[in-house]
Amino acid sequence: MKDRLNRRQFGLGAAAAGAVLAAAAPIRAVRAATPIKIGSLLPRSGFQALIGQGCQRSIELTKKMLPEMGYAFEVIDADTESKPDVARTQAEKLIREGAQILVGAFDSGQTLAVAQVAEQNGVPHVINIGSEPSITEQGFKYVFRNFPTSIMLGTNGLSRFNDLFKATGATPKTAVLMHVNDTFGQSMLKGINALMPKIGLPFQIVETISYDPQAKDLSIEVAKAKAAKADLHMVVTRLNDAILMVREMVKQKYEPMGIISPGSPGMYQTQFLKVLGKYAEYATTNIPWLDPRQQFAHTFEAAFKTAYPEEICDLDAGFSFEGILICADAYKRAGSAKPEALVEALKATNIKDRIMIGGAITFNEKGQNVNLPSGTVQNRNGKPTVVLPAENAELKPVFPVPGWSQRA
Amino acid sequence: MLYLNIIVAGLLTGAVYGLMALGLSVIFGVIRVVNFAHGEMMVLAMYAAFMLNRKTGLDPLVASPLVTAALFLLGYALQRGLINRYIARPDHEQFLLLLAVATIITASLLMGFGPDARNVQLDYAYDSYEIGGVLLDKVRVLAALGAIGGVAALWAFFRFARTGKAIRACADNQVGAQVVGLDVKRLYAITFGLGAACVGAAGCLLLLLIDVQPYIATDYTLLAFIIVILGGLGSMPGALLGGALVGVTEALSGFVVDPSLKSAFSFALLILVLLVRPQGLLGRA
Repeated sequence: MKDRLNRRQFGLGAAAAGAVLAAAAPIRAVRAATPIKIGSLLPRSGFQALIGQGCQRSIELTKKMLPEMGYAFEVIDADTESKPDVARTQAEKLIREGAQILVGAFDSGQTLAVAQVAEQNGVPHVINIGSEPSITEQGFKYVFRNFPTSIMLGTNGLSRFNDLFKATGATPKTAVLMHVNDTFGQSMLKGINALMPKIGLPFQIVETISYDPQAKDLSIEVAKAKAAKADLHMVVTRLNDAILMVREMVKQKYEPMGIISPGSPGMYQTQFLKVLGKYAEYATTNIPWLDPRQQFAHTFEAAFKTAYPEEICDLDAGFSFEGILICADAYKRAGSAKPEALVEALKATNIKDRIMIGGAITFNEKGQNVNLPSGTVQNRNGKPTVVLPAENAELKPVFPVPGWSQRA
Repeated sequence: MLYLNIIVAGLLTGAVYGLMALGLSVIFGVIRVVNFAHGEMMVLAMYAAFMLNRKTGLDPLVASPLVTAALFLLGYALQRGLINRYIARPDHEQFLLLLAVATIITASLLMGFGPDARNVQLDYAYDSYEIGGVLLDKVRVLAALGAIGGVAALWAFFRFARTGKAIRACADNQVGAQVVGLDVKRLYAITFGLGAACVGAAGCLLLLLIDVQPYIATDYTLLAFIIVILGGLGSMPGALLGGALVGVTEALSGFVVDPSLKSAFSFALLILVLLVRPQGLLGRA
């Protein structure tokens, strides 16, 4: 019986095992300080690159600001190239490379692809931006969203229309709805059509015009909108198309009472303001925005301005930052990067010191944060400015807006 | 009147499309090589015009002769140094070569300028004329006039200039041209240069109408193919006609049916022409 242990060997083995067990306690204590690997997916190239790069600026800021607040994490960046199929393969690649939690991916189509990969692999996924309602309606266990669904965006955004008309005493009777024809635009359209009668808006949509998200010329679309002779120009845009649209409106001398988005990107973004100058003024978006009452929002905005003086600190920046914050916070509380522990910690999220308007960041049983109201943000003096609700407002809203030729 | 506005806008845009596609048609008509880097070369010209505007404040219209000349030289060098070696090779090898050139151009632009959309700010960017109820966008009118001028200059070159006539001779009968002592390789290089010059001019004009991004190139290569196939491969008037047809079809279908479907109508028109007249509207059978 060569293999049998003698007493001396057993004693040595027991001592070694004891030493390992004794050492395990300090190991558990320091594990939380080991950085968690966060896989960040954004459309940093392709037709959404401009916005993806904008979100990336915030991710860079988290790397400086959050460690100072005691969060231990490491970000692995991945580019979705503005394509859902690439988003899927990049998410798979991140998981293979050791990402323990995913965050992203700005666009609804790409986000859905990432969510499916996360769910299949049992890796938690925090959605920074992405509004397609079905993502949190499919019973996913690992997906958490800190961004309004398009139904929430639509409801909150449309509700603000009546607030604006009440505050300014001007009410349009008809509207044209011009929308980008992608996953986001379609889900917004569905939301608007379903919610308009419920909310009781005073105007009627007389024409709905959809257009390609990669359109390079919107002259025909704008001509069609002008021909409808509606009072209000309601839009669901991205960035480049928003610029093209306003440029054409000026050229075609199409002057509705105002251009209002019930909750879409584009008109509050730096490039829109830079390229269109005085014609970007008064464009209005009902959207979640940075909360001027939150001290943390001021701290973040100041850091953003220092790092990127040419850029506007907008909701993309805010939500991208909060996405990483949520992941890092969950890891800190969980004390483990195991998926189950992270999911439990994410479910118990309660971040009171946040950037965006709304209460604490929490998630309901579907993994959706429901504390995400919209503000009315109007471009004023070259800057997106909160004009409603009154308690958050920095300026009073202007409606109807001055004609193109009356802009200084 | 509204429809007239739409048709005029479509025609004006179509003229610029026509000039762009003309380059592709000229190159194929003479050298029988399909330039798959066509859109990329145009985007390169757009960036050149953009940089000239940013650094010197030069209007892209004023800068167009400079950019056109630069693109001519690039096209000449490309043909002389690279494409000439592939002329006798199978089509798929030519395709791969030009696809590689296209990828290099896009990747270089991406490295140099990033993915952001760039545009030029002009004093007259928002001006428009109203003539008898027809609203004419000043920028579109200038771009269309520039395109028509470019086409006229190219037509005059092929019609009257000695080199132009020699290129036509090469296109008609390459062996015959060599027999009478024409330097075919040089003439091919000039032709490729002229094709590149067309996209150079079109790029400057298009910069007045749209923002430039490295990624838009593929769409324009495809658009140039549609126009050229519609008008007839190798036909100069065909390229202009194809451009006008695509411009008006997109404008009218976008207005009457649905703007999201306007590209579908261009492709439907292409299929129709291929079924009825496979050589294109003005192409030779």
